[in-house]
Amino acid sequence: MTEATMTSAAAPEEFVGRSLWADAGRRLLRNRAAVASIILLSAITLAAVLAPYLSPHPYDEVYWDFIAWPPDLENGFYFGTDENGRDLFARTLYGARVSLMVGLLATLVSLVIGVLWGASAGFIGGRVDATMMRIVDILYSLPFIFFVILLTVVFGRHIVLMYVAIGAVSWLDMSRIVRGQALSLKRKEFIEAAVAGGVGPFAIIRRHIIPNTLGPVVVYMTLTVPNVILTESFVSFLGMGVQEPDTSWGVLISEGARTMETAWWALVFPAIFLALTLFCFNFIGDGLRDALDPKDR
Amino acid sequence: MFQYAIRRLFGTLPTLLLIIALAFFMMRLAPGGPFDKERKVTAEVEANLMAAYHLDEPLPMQFVRYLGNILRGDFGPSFQYKDFTVTELIWGGFPTSLKIGGMAILLAAMIGLTLGTLAALKQNSAIDYAVMALAMTGITIPNFVVAPVLTLVFGLWLSWLPVGGWGSWSQVILPTVALGLPQIAAIARLTRGSMIEVLRSNYVRTARAKGLPEHIAITRHAMRAAMVPVVSYMGPAVAGIITGSVIIEQIFSIPGIGRYFVQAALNRDYTLVMGVTIFYGLLIILFNLAVDLMYGLLDPRVRYD
Amino acid sequence: MPSTPRTAETAATGAALLEVAGLDTVFATPEGEVRAVNEVSFTVAEGESLGVVGESGSGKTQIFLSIMGLLAANGRASGAARFRGRNMLELDRAALNQVRGNRMAMVFQDPMTSLNPYLTVRRQLTEVLVQHKGMSEGAALAAAIAMLKQVQIPEAERRIEMYPHEFSGGMRQRVMIAMALLCQPEVLIADEPTTALDVTVQAQILELIGELRRASHTAIILITHDLGVVAGLCDRVMVMYAGRTVEEGPVRDIFYSPRHPYTAGLLHSLPRLDETKAERLVAIPGQPPNLQRLPQGCAFQDRCPRCQPLCRSERPMLRQIEPGRTVACHRAES
Repeated sequence: MTEATMTSAAAPEEFVGRSLWADAGRRLLRNRAAVASIILLSAITLAAVLAPYLSPHPYDEVYWDFIAWPPDLENGFYFGTDENGRDLFARTLYGARVSLMVGLLATLVSLVIGVLWGASAGFIGGRVDATMMRIVDILYSLPFIFFVILLTVVFGRHIVLMYVAIGAVSWLDMSRIVRGQALSLKRKEFIEAAVAGGVGPFAIIRRHIIPNTLGPVVVYMTLTVPNVILTESFVSFLGMGVQEPDTSWGVLISEGARTMETAWWALVFPAIFLALTLFCFNFIGDGLRDALDPKDR
Repeated sequence: MFQYAIRRLFGTLPTLLLIIALAFFMMRLAPGGPFDKERKVTAEVEANLMAAYHLDEPLPMQFVRYLGNILRGDFGPSFQYKDFTVTELIWGGFPTSLKIGGMAILLAAMIGLTLGTLAALKQNSAIDYAVMALAMTGITIPNFVVAPVLTLVFGLWLSWLPVGGWGSWSQVILPTVALGLPQIAAIARLTRGSMIEVLRSNYVRTARAKGLPEHIAITRHAMRAAMVPVVSYMGPAVAGIITGSVIIEQIFSIPGIGRYFVQAALNRDYTLVMGVTIFYGLLIILFNLAVDLMYGLLDPRVRYD
Repeated sequence: MPSTPRTAETAATGAALLEVAGLDTVFATPEGEVRAVNEVSFTVAEGESLGVVGESGSGKTQIFLSIMGLLAANGRASGAARFRGRNMLELDRAALNQVRGNRMAMVFQDPMTSLNPYLTVRRQLTEVLVQHKGMSEGAALAAAIAMLKQVQIPEAERRIEMYPHEFSGGMRQRVMIAMALLCQPEVLIADEPTTALDVTVQAQILELIGELRRASHTAIILITHDLGVVAGLCDRVMVMYAGRTVEEGPVRDIFYSPRHPYTAGLLHSLPRLDETKAERLVAIPGQPPNLQRLPQGCAFQDRCPRCQPLCRSERPMLRQIEPGRTVACHRAES
């Protein structure tokens, strides 16, 4: 009796067949924080997509009469204007576009690299696996941000670079997870059965390994996206990311921080959006992880 | 254990080499030479300049030369600050960065451990939820958001603290807190989880069964075990502080290495960018090694073979 | 409200040391309440040795965790557990700490996890003396070494500076026993002290406990699922099932004429060396019941060879059948 809580002796349970995904979905929906986050995130994404229609002002137009103007519903400057007289509401929504886009695309890049690397290493096994994972270990100890910055210095501040560079430094964890899954799956009976049945290795990877790895991968993706957005914001904040007149939340926060004394709203609104988005992804990721984890909390 | 340390040190060499190589080749691949921003010079002068900086040699040879220089502690001249070498700049800025980074991590450890322990002791109480909510916030919200917001609230609106500058004690508070907050959060969360588990363990139960007062059971028996994952985390924690310092020094105009790095990156001062990257990379590697060795001191079951 | 049955008279060796009356321990789980201990009453006299026998889940350990104030966070104990007149269940932590480790000590089942791996054995031993007897470090060290020698740990002076993982299983258990006896407690509670050990070591540990008891007149409470262990060491036996006492009495009586079918079943499932005829080992069929869904009537009903309709409708109360013996069964054999 060393367990912290005393659980009842085993009682016969009814077995109702339930698919893993339906089960997980149900559990996720019971997690209020996750559900609220999904709703909020969808709202923000929708707003970003519909930006031109939602905002009465374009994001790059300068309004000389309304420089550093506080939030003003009458004139349509919902979030006020920045030090250059540009509408902050529109800029925040456009910034959302960029940040979310980078989040998605860079994560996809890291997903592709990570999954391919990890699945191959795990499935091939042996010396190849050991070498591939050693490379991952070495790369893991490098300070990422520095290399992203290095890349921006080298290749200039191109938006596509952001996707690639950030994705290229984020795939390591993903590859480890996928490799772990591949290793454990390799030994399971149904894989052996498939191999015995003459199914080729790539078909096996496609039909068996990847669907079974999907769970942890999805969870990890929802946790990678905020990291990626964070990295992009970090770099943009320093002035090395997205270029004018495009904007991202990192840039907006940086500008807002500079003009804090005269236009605090320029800092607060983009900051709130960034923070909320990051929170949402984290709650969803945590919720998914709990939902897909067969052990009880 | 000494042998183990030496062996581990050698094990880190490939990583270090990789960092240097990556930094070097990326810099050299960059379009545009280091002198592009200068006034237009004649072809002859340019050729001389290139020769003087050895930029006309084949790349691999430049790399070997660079490596050799590094071993002698010479990272080359800064392209931005004409009168200084990179080594001088790094050495000049390091004490400041060390000061603020060191304080941040100490603060993080002290506050994080305390809050985490408190939350674990009062599990599922209001204090626990408050600490966990704070931890979640600190981990999620990036420090370049926290720093300006804290400055806004405490510097401008409440006027409790100065907004910028470096030198007096009150100017140190905001940057240190902003830098340390994510780590406070991470350490608190880690401590709480670890402590909860340790408090359930059989040996803590034995300590209580022996009639030891609760505070001794916790400080002497529980904390030692609970701290182990936190010590392991110190490696990533320091890496996080180093990364964070780049932004914090920029925001608060603190004359540390981080700020040099940003300026260098913006001005394409290759040698300085490389120098800082390599320096910080080395620091992180050494620190991880130190943490590894410390681990052995904490846990008597660890054996070095 | 059931009347508290009169417990067996205290052994002639001394006054009542520990008197437990109507102890109930309940755990709050997400699935509902679990009553781990139900109206348990017994007495232990000075120098007496009581064996508490039962399967896992019978509540035997929870009784003593309740008394020592070591229950998990979701457990609540009610009733009375009087140690020299003071109800342990009502003491605050400070008062409890004056008794625990000092006058009443407990040794746990798994010595590997019950000793702190990060502290030396020395530290874990001396702190008890420093705390309870106010000894200096030096005096405590000497006393600890002496105790280690008494539990037959070779090279005690050297070994005391080691860490628990450097000891073998049997030696660790000896260390735990030493730790418990340092302050010369009046009661030693040993929870399955030999279960995690090899058979050969088991015998040694039991012998050790027996010797120490003879030397210091400490009362011993031996919790075990193994009746064989009880035979050599205990004066009295209390048999537990599903959180309740089903039988209690002197060890000889219980062994030679068990009254409760469960006790009889336990005895028959023991291989015995003293029987000339080769008897078949009979295991008790079935599983222990789910403590959250106890049936009406006797908890043993589904596994009992003597079960009658009465057993299913009315729970048998613990009653005295002879001086010093109690049974809870409608069909207790005469």
